[in-house]
Amino acid sequence: MAVPSFLSRERIVARPGFNRWLIPPAALAVHLCIGQAYATSVYKTALVNHFETSLTAIGIIFSIAIVVLGLSAAAFGTWVDRNGPRAAMFTAACFWTSGFLVGALGIATNQLWLVYLGYGVLGGIGLGIGYISPVSTLIKWFPDRPGLATGMAIMGFGGGALIAAPLSRQLMNWYDPSYDGTAGTTPSGGAVAALFLTLGLGYLVFMMFGAFLVRVPADDWKPAGWDPSSVKQKSLVTTESVSARNSVKTPQFWLVWTVLFCNVTAGIGILEQAAPMIQDFFRENGTSTVAAAAAGGFVGLLSLFNMAGRFVWSSTSDYIGRKGIYMVYLGVGLLLYVALATIGSSAVWLFVILAAIIISFYGGGFATVPAYLRDLFGTYQVGAIHGRLLTAWSAAGIAGPLIINGVLDTQGTPGELVAANYRPALFIMVGLLAVGFVANLLIRPVAAKWHEPKATTPATARANPERSATR
Amino acid sequence: MSSSTSAAPGQPASHQEPTHTPTALVAFAWTLVGIPLVYGLVQTVRTASTLFTG
Repeated sequence: MAVPSFLSRERIVARPGFNRWLIPPAALAVHLCIGQAYATSVYKTALVNHFETSLTAIGIIFSIAIVVLGLSAAAFGTWVDRNGPRAAMFTAACFWTSGFLVGALGIATNQLWLVYLGYGVLGGIGLGIGYISPVSTLIKWFPDRPGLATGMAIMGFGGGALIAAPLSRQLMNWYDPSYDGTAGTTPSGGAVAALFLTLGLGYLVFMMFGAFLVRVPADDWKPAGWDPSSVKQKSLVTTESVSARNSVKTPQFWLVWTVLFCNVTAGIGILEQAAPMIQDFFRENGTSTVAAAAAGGFVGLLSLFNMAGRFVWSSTSDYIGRKGIYMVYLGVGLLLYVALATIGSSAVWLFVILAAIIISFYGGGFATVPAYLRDLFGTYQVGAIHGRLLTAWSAAGIAGPLIINGVLDTQGTPGELVAANYRPALFIMVGLLAVGFVANLLIRPVAAKWHEPKATTPATARANPERSATR
Repeated sequence: MSSSTSAAPGQPASHQEPTHTPTALVAFAWTLVGIPLVYGLVQTVRTASTLFTG
């Protein structure tokens, strides 16, 4: 599929002397917008009331978006690599905005299926393409610090929710003055429709800024003073290239897929239930010692650690290696989960610290994985490989809530649960983290038979990205 | 964007004239993404503080 020339990769090759520190803000401009996907809870109740339906029916909107995110990232990954980040960011902006506009129409006309189609399907495509759009470009601009580079962008996805949640409350208050953002007041459907319209148009402008700022480095570019041969000195880091088509035939791809799936599923287990969980853990004689407002504060604190973990842990991986950092996420994470299940209810401060560190590992797992793929498969089609890997996120988005909600349903009634009721679900997460830990340990360098022939240059590869022989 | 112009299709960028990215442009780009991020951080810290005060 050809793109207009003003979007093409050839048009955005940076001249020598271009400052690479313009690329992270371009990436952030996209990720800060699509990160809104994690702030849907602010208007969930309003939509339940507006459509006079169940919480599950509204929750499906977010589930569709996350599933479509994974599928579209997998389907369009090669297209993104071939056409470059400007075409990808531009396309993502169009889909993301269209999702909001169609969603607003659905709310205004009282047709829920339009919200599924808009925010869920169209928005989900925007999410998938937008999520992977800057990743391979950042890795190529920062070959000396790939973990830092991808951490900066994917931190933006966590930051997007931090911005969208209070901004949405403020905007809905403007559109419906009877809503003041506190518990007990709910904005009208019209206010949510107006919010969708405003966010859609605002995100369009912001994402286009990123699309027109982004550049790709020339094929022979490297940072001043950086010696590419230093890459070879680290185990597991290849200077070879593996195509996206061949990557999925390697055990390494599926081991990393398993690692991401386990890490994300375990994290979602806490994120999904954060507010009721802290109240249930400290319930005595039927009454929680943690107030609803404090539980809301706990959710905010987790958001901060989710975002910070993306940057801090991913940057740390540049020093201790990708395999090492995942041993921390999964191994230490496992121990923290055991502590949460056994002694987490002994003190609020202990519960908060354990959960916050676990969530920082959850965020770190997302941010570090592109650099892990680059280490194993090279930069050749890392964007497309990353896209295929994100199906693990989709699967975890279904598995995580299923596990936690499924177990809690067998344990009692919401509002009456206590810490002991969470133990079965938490120990399932411990088992999952153990599986992920073993999968990470099994990762070895990719066999030479999957490497692209040396004659393949980035330019010829882009001309025909799927030409690699099936081996 | 003055700091980087387009390469002609197929022309290696390394054969192009060098460019200079104005520091002000870099600062502007970071400020544009930094302001909403700081807004979100401040609002979230304010919310999170209720965990310890409320």
